[in-house]
Amino acid sequence: MKLDTSGLESAAPVWGAPSELVDGFSVAPSFEVPNTTDFDGFQKEAIQMVKPAKGTTTLAFIFKEGVMVAADSRASMGGYISSQSVKKIIEINPYMLGTMAGGAADCQFWHRNLGIKCRLHELANKRRISVTGASKLLANILYSYRGMGLSVGTMIAGWDETGPGLYYVDSEGGRLKGMRFSVGSGSPYAYGVLDNGYRYDMSVEEAAELARRAIYHATFRDGASGGVASVYYVGPNGWKKLSGDDVGELHYKYYPVMPSTVEQEMVEVAGA
Amino acid sequence: MARYDRAITVFSPDGHLFQVEYALEAVRKGNAAVGVRGTDIVVLGVEKKSAAKLQDSRSVRKIVNLDDHIALACAGLKADARVLINRARIECQSHRLTVEDPVTVEYITRYIAGLQQKYTQSGGVRPFGLSTLIVGFDPYSGVPSLYQTDPSGTFSAWKANATGRNSNSIREFLEKNYKETSGQETVKLAIRALLEVVESGGKNIEVAVMTKEGLRQLDEAEIDAIAAEIEAEKEAAEAAKKAPPKEK
Repeated sequence: MKLDTSGLESAAPVWGAPSELVDGFSVAPSFEVPNTTDFDGFQKEAIQMVKPAKGTTTLAFIFKEGVMVAADSRASMGGYISSQSVKKIIEINPYMLGTMAGGAADCQFWHRNLGIKCRLHELANKRRISVTGASKLLANILYSYRGMGLSVGTMIAGWDETGPGLYYVDSEGGRLKGMRFSVGSGSPYAYGVLDNGYRYDMSVEEAAELARRAIYHATFRDGASGGVASVYYVGPNGWKKLSGDDVGELHYKYYPVMPSTVEQEMVEVAGA
Repeated sequence: MARYDRAITVFSPDGHLFQVEYALEAVRKGNAAVGVRGTDIVVLGVEKKSAAKLQDSRSVRKIVNLDDHIALACAGLKADARVLINRARIECQSHRLTVEDPVTVEYITRYIAGLQQKYTQSGGVRPFGLSTLIVGFDPYSGVPSLYQTDPSGTFSAWKANATGRNSNSIREFLEKNYKETSGQETVKLAIRALLEVVESGGKNIEVAVMTKEGLRQLDEAEIDAIAAEIEAEKEAAEAAKKAPPKEK
């Protein structure tokens, strides 16, 4: 088979329109070279531009009645808001949820994959996988892809034999067990509200309101978070979506517009 | 038929895997092993061939543990057993590492049986020449279990079972005399079953008991004591049988 060297032929003709003089005279074969001076570093720049700085706010916490999971729904590419209606809470199976922060495709694919593995575990072992086991499966997969550019910052929340479970797993291969987590660019703001208002014995409504408020405050201050604040509850019978409120409307609910007293009124002056 | 029992395991025209069947023969020649499940305890007993005078008997343990809560006894080729046990032990730890939970008895039995099956369907290898009795308690649920695997790679759960030499007579005895027992009663039943085919005495039997707390090997003195109890019960039963007619 003859070697295909068409890639080496220069696409552009030499200096402008071909003329009889220049015909037949072509540039030495070479492939396209990127238009940059920094050949080693230019790719890093591109990756940084594309790499979503985990522009999002997600949070989850364990309390007396179970696990509360909440997230915003904005997707941003740099300064451009690409969507206000992204589902960031992924349903792995009827009793386990995962949150999405980082690369949307990475999170969706690997959560789906985790769901498959959990189901296979159920079929083989005739019992549900524990939240510990599921989070470990995901963490081991992400660890094996370490350094290859996956961007995943997720929380696995669920209810198993041992009660409520919450783990934070990321694409660096880290895995942490905890009672309260918030992930994303809006997480500092969410932590402020969450840590302030958290008590272990809250009712489901109180916990949902705390989660909703925390997401709202994060969307208020963080430009990369916004859209709809979804709140899910995971209890002994599985997860249930509690609410999905537009954060704009939440703002006016928390800070309604007060009619201010008028000090001076402008009066219509009749004709001069 | 002679042409279908070569070194690799292939089907014969009438659907037999002769290598697997020959492996079962090897098992039938091995030491008797019996397992009995109670409500809160599982007991394993193995026939011990009299140790040579100079042999250190502690190095020929027939009942081994695969993890803190799982034990195994086998009948057949002991060298094959060593290899299988090592693989099973590694799998127990690997499972703890990947799902942060100890194995269930069913899981590790499935693994061992899977391994045994693999060697009946691979080129250039022969099947493992042993049947195993696996006992243990499941983590969290605390349910006791007894499983048996064989060279073909099949496995199933049992209330009581025997393998190795004279396993048929032991199983017959168990079928006649099995009832739900617990604690020391289960131990006695297991030893009684084994004594059907083995000479009485602590020298010839190795017994281990698995409870929720773990595996405990009974020492010779204990086994002798229980064997003596059994003997006494048997004699009392014989005497009772003979006595009433005389009283009439």
